[in-house]
Amino acid sequence: MTQSTPAGAGLPRRIQLPSLSTLGPLIALLIAVIVFSTQSPRFFSGTNFSLILQQISYTAVLAIGQTLIILIAGIDLSIGIVMALGGLVMAKLATESGLNPVLAILAGLLTTMFFGFVNSQVITRLRVPPFIATLGMLGIVTALNQTYSGSQTINNLPPALTALGNTFKIGGTAITYGTVLMLVLYLIAWFVLSETAPGRHLYAAGNNPEAARLSGIPINRLTVIVYTVAGLIYGVAALILVARTGVGDPNAGQTDNLDSITAVVLGGTSLFGGRGNVLGTLLGAIIVGVFRNGLQLIGIPSVYQSLITGILIIAAVALDQVSRRKS
Amino acid sequence: MTAIHDAHVSAPTPSTPFVMEARNLVKKYGSVIAMNGANFELRPGEILAVIGDNGAGKSSLIKALSGATIPDSGEIFLDGQLVHFRSPIDARKNGIETVYQDLAVAPAMTIAENLFLGREILKPGPLGKLFRLLDKKKMHDEAVRHMQGLQFAIKSMKQPVETLSGGQRQGVAVARSAAFARHVVIMDEPTAALGVREGNMVLDLIRKVRDSGLPVILISHNMPHVFEVADRIHVHRMGKRAAILNPRVISMADTVSVMTGAINPADLSADMLAH
Repeated sequence: MTQSTPAGAGLPRRIQLPSLSTLGPLIALLIAVIVFSTQSPRFFSGTNFSLILQQISYTAVLAIGQTLIILIAGIDLSIGIVMALGGLVMAKLATESGLNPVLAILAGLLTTMFFGFVNSQVITRLRVPPFIATLGMLGIVTALNQTYSGSQTINNLPPALTALGNTFKIGGTAITYGTVLMLVLYLIAWFVLSETAPGRHLYAAGNNPEAARLSGIPINRLTVIVYTVAGLIYGVAALILVARTGVGDPNAGQTDNLDSITAVVLGGTSLFGGRGNVLGTLLGAIIVGVFRNGLQLIGIPSVYQSLITGILIIAAVALDQVSRRKS
Repeated sequence: MTAIHDAHVSAPTPSTPFVMEARNLVKKYGSVIAMNGANFELRPGEILAVIGDNGAGKSSLIKALSGATIPDSGEIFLDGQLVHFRSPIDARKNGIETVYQDLAVAPAMTIAENLFLGREILKPGPLGKLFRLLDKKKMHDEAVRHMQGLQFAIKSMKQPVETLSGGQRQGVAVARSAAFARHVVIMDEPTAALGVREGNMVLDLIRKVRDSGLPVILISHNMPHVFEVADRIHVHRMGKRAAILNPRVISMADTVSVMTGAINPADLSADMLAH
């Protein structure tokens, strides 16, 4: 290492080519858009794209929390069900209890945050692996949702709870505030992860926990913060979901555990932690949304949608492995 | 923490010639005596090798010096001051940095990020204090400057550590400890996981750290490496220091004999011993 050039001397800052793991999904998305555009006249339009973003919005928001957790080499299987509980709390308090809708929303956010916090305590204090801790929580909160709601959906929500479903127009295309909130949350998450010290600590904690600990990074505290913040994010997802569907639904969120993980993995974040990018997760969520929407528009039965999502996940991870072995 | 400093001046107080000293350390694990009145002395600006057979209590000594274990009794002095380390973080706060053999770096992160892991340079003012915003440019510049100081040639501080060879990775760990240590760098088998060429590269770096004024404690099983860089050799045997040897005079074979107990240090000629 002493024989070549001295450190960093005079070398232009090279622009690093995006790795295969981010390039692959991008290419898949492009091909999908081109294919669907030629197959369906309704696909390539601002209105349809806005619809896709609406359709993915709450899953995509959940996936931000999932990304943070997976970056520290954790996982959350209770993600969708905790979101459903948050939605129920908001809906029930605002209707049956007649609480001020803003307070009801706050209570919902606190609820999801609380369950994220409980997950973190089970993981850090009881030393239960995240997979098991959150699998247990999935069962617990599923039961809680049914008993709390009496297995009934909650209707007639006050307008404040559905405000995020309202739209504004850009060039004739209606966009919901929920979509904007989702994009803003992604930008914030990206900024925190790449530009702040705690953000980098997340990567270190997932990449080499021992090195991180010896560097003085408080891993347990970080874990508690990550799961709790993720819980708060699930609350926001709950609000977007409630606004989109107009009801509090005890059966909501059941596919979102795996859908959020799909988005994270398609976006190039490693399930082993320490590597990845939250904007990749957004890309992953968009890919899933585009495929669902496009396949529907060209009239392919919904079973094939999950088939293709399955193939996409395996292809994405396989591609990632191949590119890593090469480097 | 504002930036990495250049020169390391470990000036001991006049009362002691030692940067670090331990007296009568005792550590028992049940009936097993890991340290049995161990003494230890580190002089300014030297590379002190610590060797010993497996089970000699060498790692207990090093763990006590680096804060990883708390001895049952005995005293540790840093620049003549009595210190009590409760954790490695504690020792680090006192200017003692440890490099571990298992390449304690985060492979997916960049060289600059690894250098500053846990000690990031933040933006001045509320942006840094409140939002913990990184001063990436300053960290990059400091990393370049520091690596140049060690003549550690790397194309870019922005490349992930996993793109480096094993030796270069260990080099990053060494550079990192040298950057932040104010008193002592402890290196626990830094060349054990490396090939010959890579090992030599790290030895080079260890010498540069010493030449910058920082004393180095080198724990190694590799006798050729020990003899290549050490100024003095601390031989640990049966829970205490058996001898301090002078590698310029004594042979490798005799050193191993002292280590295993085949030679009684009292039988060595005076010039083979160091003080």
